[in-house]
Amino acid sequence: MTSPDAPPRASVPPSGNSVIEFRGVHYRAPTGYTVLNHFDLRIESGETMVLFGRSGAGKTTALKLINRLLEPTAGEVRVDDRATAEWDAISLRRHIGYVIQETGLFPHYTVEQNVSVTPRLESWPRPRIRRRAEELLALVGLDAGAFLGRYPHELSGGQRQRVGLARALAADPPILLMDEPFGALDPLTRMEVRREFQQLQTRLRKTIVIVTHDVAEAVELGTRIALMEAGELRSIHSAKEFLRSDEPIAAAYVAQIRGLAPNGIEGGAQTPNTPDEADRAGNPGPSGRSRS
Amino acid sequence: MNLAGYFARNSSQILQATGEHIWLSGISMVLAVLIGVPLGMLVARRPWTSKPILGTANIAETIPSLALFGFLLPLPWLGARGDRIAIAALTVYALLPIIRNTAAGITSVDPAVREAARGMGMTEGQILRRVEMPLALPTILAGVRVATVWTIGIATIAAAVGAGGLGEYIFRGLAMVDNDVILAGAIPAAALAIIADILFGLLERHMRPERRRAKPQPAGRPRGGLGSGAGIAAAVVLLAMLTCTGLAGCGSGGKDTIVVGSKNFPEQALLGEILAQEIEAHTHLHVERKFYLAGTFICQQAMLAGRIDTYVEYTGTALTAILKDPIEQNSQSVFDKVRQQYQQRFHFTVLPSLGFNNTFAIVIRGPDARRLDLQTISQAAKYTPKWIAGFGYEFMGRPDGYTGLVKTYGLKFAGPPKILDLGLLYRALLDREVDLVAGNSTDGLLSARDLTVLADDKHYFPPYQAVPIVRDQTLARHPELRAAIDALAGKISDAQMQKMNYEVVGQHRDISQVAREFLRANGLG
Repeated sequence: MTSPDAPPRASVPPSGNSVIEFRGVHYRAPTGYTVLNHFDLRIESGETMVLFGRSGAGKTTALKLINRLLEPTAGEVRVDDRATAEWDAISLRRHIGYVIQETGLFPHYTVEQNVSVTPRLESWPRPRIRRRAEELLALVGLDAGAFLGRYPHELSGGQRQRVGLARALAADPPILLMDEPFGALDPLTRMEVRREFQQLQTRLRKTIVIVTHDVAEAVELGTRIALMEAGELRSIHSAKEFLRSDEPIAAAYVAQIRGLAPNGIEGGAQTPNTPDEADRAGNPGPSGRSRS
Repeated sequence: MNLAGYFARNSSQILQATGEHIWLSGISMVLAVLIGVPLGMLVARRPWTSKPILGTANIAETIPSLALFGFLLPLPWLGARGDRIAIAALTVYALLPIIRNTAAGITSVDPAVREAARGMGMTEGQILRRVEMPLALPTILAGVRVATVWTIGIATIAAAVGAGGLGEYIFRGLAMVDNDVILAGAIPAAALAIIADILFGLLERHMRPERRRAKPQPAGRPRGGLGSGAGIAAAVVLLAMLTCTGLAGCGSGGKDTIVVGSKNFPEQALLGEILAQEIEAHTHLHVERKFYLAGTFICQQAMLAGRIDTYVEYTGTALTAILKDPIEQNSQSVFDKVRQQYQQRFHFTVLPSLGFNNTFAIVIRGPDARRLDLQTISQAAKYTPKWIAGFGYEFMGRPDGYTGLVKTYGLKFAGPPKILDLGLLYRALLDREVDLVAGNSTDGLLSARDLTVLADDKHYFPPYQAVPIVRDQTLARHPELRAAIDALAGKISDAQMQKMNYEVVGQHRDISQVAREFLRANGLG
């Protein structure tokens, strides 16, 4: 499966040089409904772009156009300065990590087998695969000894999400796509996993695209936030600008979280180390499995 | 007879039949999996194929097994051997649950899992092999399990086409009206079904990682396989029993009821109907019809057991098949011998012949006969080296069939004879695929088409006069029967029988109406 376009993942420098660009993209669903209209967006190397907006705005569609799970009806999506249509779909996808809300972990595989899927597809040598699996679990804060042998149904929601992330990172792809990665988690777990991810983000320096409709998540994780509405791009702000924006829709969202969190979102986003860090799912200690 | 004793005395044959049974079911299942799983994948991948594929499998499922055998019989390679026919039929029956479960197993894979697999850069083939198939496996296995148990049950019918297996005992038992023999086939078949069910149950449990590791099974659940197996076994035995009682009948009705039997082809049903209407017209007896009994042996056993009182037999058949005597050519001496032996050995009365002789007939096309001026088989011997012959299975195997015919007349053919189903012989002759066939002298087509029967000038074929046979006990109770049946003596000629057969087979007329018209036209009934 290795084509000249897909160099071994590990050789790609962690900072990457990956740029994603939407050029005049249209997408019409097989049902005839136009999901994306005149969509232009450039995602710079190493930044985290949040595609933000309400359900049906076309966020997930835009994301799937990047790894060619969908093909644009018109226009083009470029990855690393090449139209996705010119990429071999398989090498393109192996170039890109993909995390979805339901995790899509393979239920018949153990955690180790799940995180080893891409390395195995890339025919890594066995000892390296094993080493990588342990590394990955450590990276997402899970204890390898306790978790490598487990099946997905033996994990809590938060643990599953961490494994899903680890699997996407397995071959160290320069690009990471995340579709509501924390959406299925309860609020406390969500906040915790999000914070961990935030720390990872600064360490890994990948080009990341996150789809969410959660404002707090958007401002906390995004370098920039692309506000989408009915298949069109409304505005692009940095996280700070977004909070101060007088754009009506953005303002409405921000007002909503200010109402919910009277202390202000900036405060929350800037306190990385909170006491609940001790309750990491990976902790093999006596309290480690207490979470549902 | 005692069941355990029967098992003990016949253990090695029963074991062999069990082996054949496993072989038939096993090969069929392997084929069904090899065909069904890919079809199931196709249905899962291309939903538009679901209707045609599942629809066809569904319809195939509803074809009664004997009818399916009938369809397969004329096929060139397949129809040549009983086990091929049986395996083909069993494979067809096993397909539906396998296709359905494979498709269901694959389509029920969580869409998120499939999306993740695609997003990770797995090819379609890798998704199928590494994700969909392993996840669908328990479901597929459940389908194979159902199909296997099912196949082991249906495989008993394979004996109908001579493919062996445990069904042989069931058929033999039915013929002999002996439950011990039926059970000698039904019990091992049921046991096989249970064992297969348990083994697949264990395999299925082993396949589910969640089950293996998560919660321990609640008590009692592990025996679930056995429970369903026992149910299946009970069903198999019950089915065998029902068929048995249904086929041989449960004894004649009241005291004044006469049960008329017949074998399972139209001429026999016609003769049975003529007999029945004649009895109804001339006595006050109530007549019950048990037609289409499966062959000579079953009729004989039903007579012996008193389940039927009378039926029409052919003297040559009685002599060779029932009395196991060598073939004879003189019709009077055959008749006398059969009458005397039947009286002595079975206490059956053989009444005078109805008139016609249903023996083998060597038939060629009328134009050929006229062109070459042929009337007898001897005359034809000169031309046969340029001809292809077509014969039925039975004719090839019978002591009064092919081998003796060729020897008696010194016949040579252009090639080995084509073995054809009886129903196809005349078609093949008229279509010039073959030039000479061995039919029966009363075949309806002989009266309707331009065909010539060559005279058996060396009297090779033994006589097969149609004679009514009645149980002595029945005659003693109802002496008026004899006069009623005797009135039919000598009334049906070869030509009349051909004509009636043609009306039933060729024109699809109602048997009882054809019989009534015949009786009326001859001042009977």
